[in-house]
Formats: sequence, C-alpha cells, structure tokens
Amino acid sequence: MATTEVAPAHHEAAHAHAEHPHLGFWRQYVFSTDHKVIGIQYAVTGLVFLFFGFCLVMLMRWQLAYPGRALPWLGWLLGEARMPGGSMLPEFYNELGAMHGTIMVFLGVVPLAVGGFGNFVLPLQIGAPDMAFPKINMASYWSYFLGGVTMLASFFVPGGAAQSGWTSYAPLSIIAGQGQTMWLFGMIFLITSSLLGSINFIVTTLQLRAAGLTFFRLPFFCWAQLVTSFLLLLAFPPLEAAGIMQLMDRLAGSSFFMPTGLVVSGQQVAYTGGGNPLLWQHLFWFLAHPEVYVLILPAFGIVAEVIANNTRKPLFGYKLMVYALWFLGFMSFIVWAHHMFFTGMGTTMAAFFQTTTMIISIPSVVLLSSLLISLWGGSIRFNTPMLFALAFLPMFGIGGLTGLPLGLSAADIPLHDTYYVIGHFHYVVAPGTIFALFAGIYYWFPKATGRKMSERLGRLHFWPSLVFINGIFMPMFIVGMAGVSRRLYDGGASYDFAKDVLHWNVFMSFSAWGLAIAQIPFIINFFRSIKHGEKVGDNPWDATTLEWAAPSPPPHGNFAITPEAHRGPYEYSVPGHPSDFTPQFVSAQQGS
Amino acid sequence: MGHHADIDRQVKTYILIFVTLMALTIVTVAISRLHLPVHLAVAIALIVASVKGGLVASYFMHLISERKLIYWVLGFTVAFFFAVLLLPLWTHFDPILN
Amino acid sequence: MEIPYTVAERPDTGLNNGKIGIWLFLASEVMLFGALFASYLMMRIGAAPGTWPRGDSILNVPLATVNTVILISSSVTMVMAWASLKRNDFSKFRLFQGFTVLAGFGFLGIKYVEYSTKFHHGLLPSTNTFLAIYFTLTGLHGLHVIGGMVVNGYLWGPGSRLWKTDPEHFTNRVENSGLFWHFVDLVWIFLFPVLYLL
Repeated sequence: MATTEVAPAHHEAAHAHAEHPHLGFWRQYVFSTDHKVIGIQYAVTGLVFLFFGFCLVMLMRWQLAYPGRALPWLGWLLGEARMPGGSMLPEFYNELGAMHGTIMVFLGVVPLAVGGFGNFVLPLQIGAPDMAFPKINMASYWSYFLGGVTMLASFFVPGGAAQSGWTSYAPLSIIAGQGQTMWLFGMIFLITSSLLGSINFIVTTLQLRAAGLTFFRLPFFCWAQLVTSFLLLLAFPPLEAAGIMQLMDRLAGSSFFMPTGLVVSGQQVAYTGGGNPLLWQHLFWFLAHPEVYVLILPAFGIVAEVIANNTRKPLFGYKLMVYALWFLGFMSFIVWAHHMFFTGMGTTMAAFFQTTTMIISIPSVVLLSSLLISLWGGSIRFNTPMLFALAFLPMFGIGGLTGLPLGLSAADIPLHDTYYVIGHFHYVVAPGTIFALFAGIYYWFPKATGRKMSERLGRLHFWPSLVFINGIFMPMFIVGMAGVSRRLYDGGASYDFAKDVLHWNVFMSFSAWGLAIAQIPFIINFFRSIKHGEKVGDNPWDATTLEWAAPSPPPHGNFAITPEAHRGPYEYSVPGHPSDFTPQFVSAQQGS
Repeated sequence: MGHHADIDRQVKTYILIFVTLMALTIVTVAISRLHLPVHLAVAIALIVASVKGGLVASYFMHLISERKLIYWVLGFTVAFFFAVLLLPLWTHFDPILN
Repeated sequence: MEIPYTVAERPDTGLNNGKIGIWLFLASEVMLFGALFASYLMMRIGAAPGTWPRGDSILNVPLATVNTVILISSSVTMVMAWASLKRNDFSKFRLFQGFTVLAGFGFLGIKYVEYSTKFHHGLLPSTNTFLAIYFTLTGLHGLHVIGGMVVNGYLWGPGSRLWKTDPEHFTNRVENSGLFWHFVDLVWIFLFPVLYLL
C-alpha cells in the first residue's frame, strides 16, 4: 500500500509546481477550489457573523438592563419601525432574539468550527493534497454565503426579520411576516451547504489519509470532525423537510402545523386545520439536538490538539475518547424530546427521553475527564492557545453539569424556558466552544500565515474575556431559578416575583459590553500579525501531527513530498528520546 | 473489472428483476381493489413495497455485493429513519392525560 | 494536482471517492423522505376519524400505475446503460441512457396532468392535510426526478466526452448517477402504494 500511494503522489507533487497555472485574482482568492482558501473564507465570514450576532445581543442587553429607555442615536439609525423615539419595540426585540440565535449557531459557530477549521486543517492533518471534492467544497461555501445574505436581507423586508425564535415554532411562525419566509429560504441554502460539506469531509477522511495513517493514528481533531459530519449528514434533512412544509403552510396555505380552530386576535385563521404544531417541534429538534453536538465536537477536537501539544504528553485515553465520540454521536439522535417535556408528553415517553439523555452525559464526561487527566504530570506551556483550551475545561464543565437537571423531566419543570436554560447552553457554546475556537485560531494562525500572533495581545484578549463572559452567564442561573422566563423583552420587569433579581440584568449587560471591548485586542492582533507577526517556520509549536510537515503557509497541493505517518499522533516525551516530541511524519530511522 | 460473462449474467438478472417488479406492481394494485381492512391493507402494501424496494436496492444498486463501509452507513441511516418515524408517533400516543 | 482514488479504488475501503460520496448523499435523502413519511403518519393519525380519504377516492390510480411502470422501466434502462459501458458498447449506452431521460419526461408529463386536473377541480394543498402531504411528497419527488434527468441528460450529452479520455471515470459517473436514479425509483415504489392505494 505504501509504495503505490506515495509514488504517484511524488510524481504529481513534482508536477504540481511545474504545471500549476497562474489563476487570476477571482479564481485564486474568491472562487477558489483550494481547501485552505475556502477554509479561510469560511472562517472570516463566520467571524464576521459572530461579531454581528454579538452586536444584536448587545442591543438586546440595553433593553434588558433599561427596559423602555430610549437610545436616541440608535433610534435615528434603526428607524421608527424598530425603535420609535429610540425606544425598542417588543417586535424588534423578538427579531433580535430570533436572529441572534440563528446567526450565532448557523452562520457563526458551525461555519467557523466546521467549515473554517475543518476545511483548513483536516486535509493537512491527514497528509492529503486537498479535499476529495474541491469543486463541491467551493459550492458549499457559496451556498453558505447565499444563506447568510438571505438572512441579513430579511432585516430589510416589511415586518422585519424572523421573530419567532431561532426555533420557529408553529403556529406563530406560520402567521408571522415575510421575514420568516426569508429565514426558511436562508435555512435551505445553509442546509445545502452543510450537506455538501459533510459528504466531502467524510469521503476525504476515509479515502485520502496518507500512507501509514491508520484510523487509530488519526489526530483526535480528525475523529471529531468525522463524527460531526455524520451528525450533519443525517440530522439536517428532517429539518429541511420541515422547512419545506412550513413554506407550504405559509405560501400554499396548507395546514401541516396549523391546528384546527386556531383563533388569532379574535379571528379564526384562514386555514382548514387538521395539522400538528408538535410535528414541527419533533422535526426541528431532531436536527437541533445533534446540532448542539455539532457545536461542541469540533471544539473538543481543537482542545485535544492544543492540550496534547502544550502538555508535551500524549492524550490520556485517546482510544476511549474515540469510542466516546461515536457513542455520543449515535445517542444524540434519540434524545431530542428532552426539549419537549412540556408538550403534554406522558410519563412513558418522558422516561424514555430522560433515560437516553442521562446516558448521553456519560461519553461527555469521558471526553471532558480524559482531557482533564491529560494535564496530569504534563510540562504545561501557558501560551495563549493553551489558556483558552484550559479555560474551556471548567467552562464546559459548568455548561454540562447545569444541563443535567434540564434533562430530568421532573427537575425541568421549574427550569424549562427560563434564563437557567439560556445560562446552560451559553456556557457550553460561548466560554465553551468559542473559547476553543479562539484557541484554534491562535494555534493554527502560524500555519495559515507563516506568522505568530502576539502573546501579549493574546493575554489582553483572554483574561478580560474570561472574566466578563462569566459575568454575563453565571447570573442567568440565579435569574432563571427565580423564575424569569426567556424571551421577555423587559427581562422580567413586569413580574413581581422577579423584582429581587432584576438588578442582575444591569450587571449582565455591562459584562456583555465589557466582553465586546475585550475583543478589541484580538481584532488588532489578528490583522496586525498577518503582516507584522513574528515569522515562523513549519513547526513553531514543536507539534507532532502531519499539518506541521507542510510549509507555513502551505502551497497549493500542500506538501512538496507527500508525508507518511510512522507512528501515533501524540508521541510527546517518549522516554529515551533526545527531544520531547517525535512528529508522525519523521521516519523510524530519523525519529528513533 | 468484470468479465463479459459477469456482465452478461448481471444483465440476465436485471431482466428477471424487471419482470418481477412489474408483476408485483400489478399485485399491489389488484390487492388494493379488494378494499381490505386498513391494518391488513397497510401491512400487505408495505411488505410488497419493501420486496420491490429491496430488489431495486440489492440488484440495480448493487447493494448485495457492496462494501462493508456502505452497509455500516446505511445501517445507521435505517436506524435513525425508524427513530424519526416512530418516536414522534409513540410520543403522540402517550399523552399526559389518558 | 490530482486527488487520489477518484477513479481507482482505495485498497482498504475497496471504494472510490465518488461511490462513497453518492451513498452518503443517498443516506441523507433517506432521512429527508423519511421525515416526510413520518409527517404523513402524523397527519393521518391526527385527522378526525373518518375524514382521511382513501387515496383512490381522490387520486388517479391508473395514471400513477403507468408512472410506476415508467419509472421501474427507466431504472432497468439506467442500469443497462451502465452495463453497456462495462461491455464497451458506447452506442448502446447512448440508447439506454436516452430512454432513461425520455422516461423521466414521460413521468413528469403524467404528473403535470395529475396536478393540473387537481388544481382545476380546486383540490389544493390548502384543501386538507391529505392533499398537503400528497403535493409535498410527490412535488419533492418530482424535483428529484428533474434533478436526475438533468444529470443523466448531461452524461448523455456533453458529459459523454469523458468516455474518450477516461472511460473508467465516465463509467463510474454513470453508475453513481444511476444510483441516484434508482433511489428516486425506490422512493416512488413506497410513495405509490402509501398515497394512492391506502
């Protein structure tokens, strides 16, 4: 196997330099089929959407801290339809809420975590010249882009953007304005992008691994992306079907989700009825639960790489972690109705979903514990990527633990649809995944650009972010347990039982604005380092995985000579070895 | 790949399957004219459809001689197909007030 | 830069990239139509007792039976098109592939007659949930027929140039396109009895 694979690659690689045609600007940087360009496109677009989604919620946090208080300059900017006299309308608050969720999940985190990191790193880590289907890769990015444009454009239609929550529950979403239709079309573009991407990732990982790179020599990052791709492949289509049915209800007047006899504002709606609003919920959550594992798995992958590298030790329990990944992926398809405990479900089905939900926490704990134990006895280097990766651990721990009472149907009763839930899921995604993504950016930036980001600015980014992000989300557990519901545009101000916790709204809002300021060092660092960062070679972190065999940045085709894997992915501190790391790609003679 | 003899044998199989599929189509339409009780009608219709589908998948789509990897992917897919089909149904039939 | 295993099979998986790719895509399609069948079930059990119409009372069974015959036949011609390429018979391929595409037109033509008759009689997706799921299921299926026809047409026409430069690659493309087309037939094999006969 080794000779037949490497020989043609040698031949082709030699050719690659010779026959690589000079592509014009558009084919090289815009409509490129090179996975590295596409990865950067996904990452930059994803970061822009993350920033935009963050701006939306910063606006919401003004309303939550000071309900009804006017911000005249913003009123002038956003117009009378949204903020008359600078004071936010409840409808606009709902738009902000629905679009914040949609944009962060579908346009921000997943494109960055999967489209960005997956595309850029995966082929390099497996020693491949590119993805299996480069043109489909390009199509997947532009489909995502179109979906993003559609979502943004929806803010400007009469009635504004979608405002029925990122969950778009029927029947509210069926009778909502035009923005909801655009949301549905936007989702169709995004789901198409996701489908094309997931097929590409799976085939690439199965087929394009370099010689010697058996499955259990794959970096954990690759395993994480592989399982994530299977989740996307099989979980999204039911949401696409549901989206089509919702479009049918909205545009063709069908009643898939419209119950009989619905009355809105004193009027019978013009639908024949016979439909089932819960059907929407089932199909939505069938996707949306695996989706949350799509949000976290790439983060686990990144953290695993950064921790192994910066402890100078192999990952603890690598094989067990891989099995945990697959078990988690499988279970994620049969837990979804723990989001629906309040829909009139009887005790049998509630018990079923509660049980599967409790079971799924096991592989989660295995993964987190393995990463934690990996630190034991390590020679820890506290560089910026490692700081973010370390912070991920307790932050994800808090997020995961707070999920447990939500998964128990009885304990869920006082917590469902309160701020407690918002606190729980933000802990896993924000100081969880997003911190891991920052770790990844600081870690792989040198590979992509040939320069390191500034450590000083990195710390200036990390520490305030850690403090402020906890300032936003920790009080949510308090506020939630006091009974304040989600999606209240005044943050609970009109409820007497909430009066003792309302002051937390101000605290959380200032934390949010503080978090925004804490990102400034990152933005400066990111752009400045492209031209002025410390120049580095192929392997600035003394890492072991195959991407560090390529030049920084890698040329088209990635490797001058196709690498071969001679050992596992985390051969750090091998006893008797002169240096504290043995890369996968150095041969036995050189590496012994 | 595939000797001429191999392909010839496969082609014979395709013709045989085609005839079978036509016959089963006639069968399924004929049975529907009998207006059987719902449960029986559904069972028979689904069994016939599954046989037809199985033939198309096994022979036209070459699944009967496919690689393990494909079987694994399809296996999980079928499992999740039944999850999305049955779990909402079972939840519907288990309301909190009985 | 060449991507390995585009045509040749990778030894340990025994497959080339396109074959895995198309099966993964079909897996996602199983989930897509699966969700719609699940919705059919939910609509049917949610309907007031006695209100769910028998398929043959509203829909045209004879026309749909003809469509079933057309689609199954086109599945045979599709696999024969691929088999012809394996036998190095390009002109036979052209014949069988051409028939497959024409069969698609036939299927769509009958669908057009069905739909327009319904609309003419005021039977719309908004009329009741049976018709809603009927139009959605057959409509989405119809879109897949169109998609398959576009790809098959391309392979019959301009795409067939690849036969001259890389016959094995071209044969694989025809096989993969065939897999999609058989899947479209497979969905109809279930759609037909479920919607029309029950």
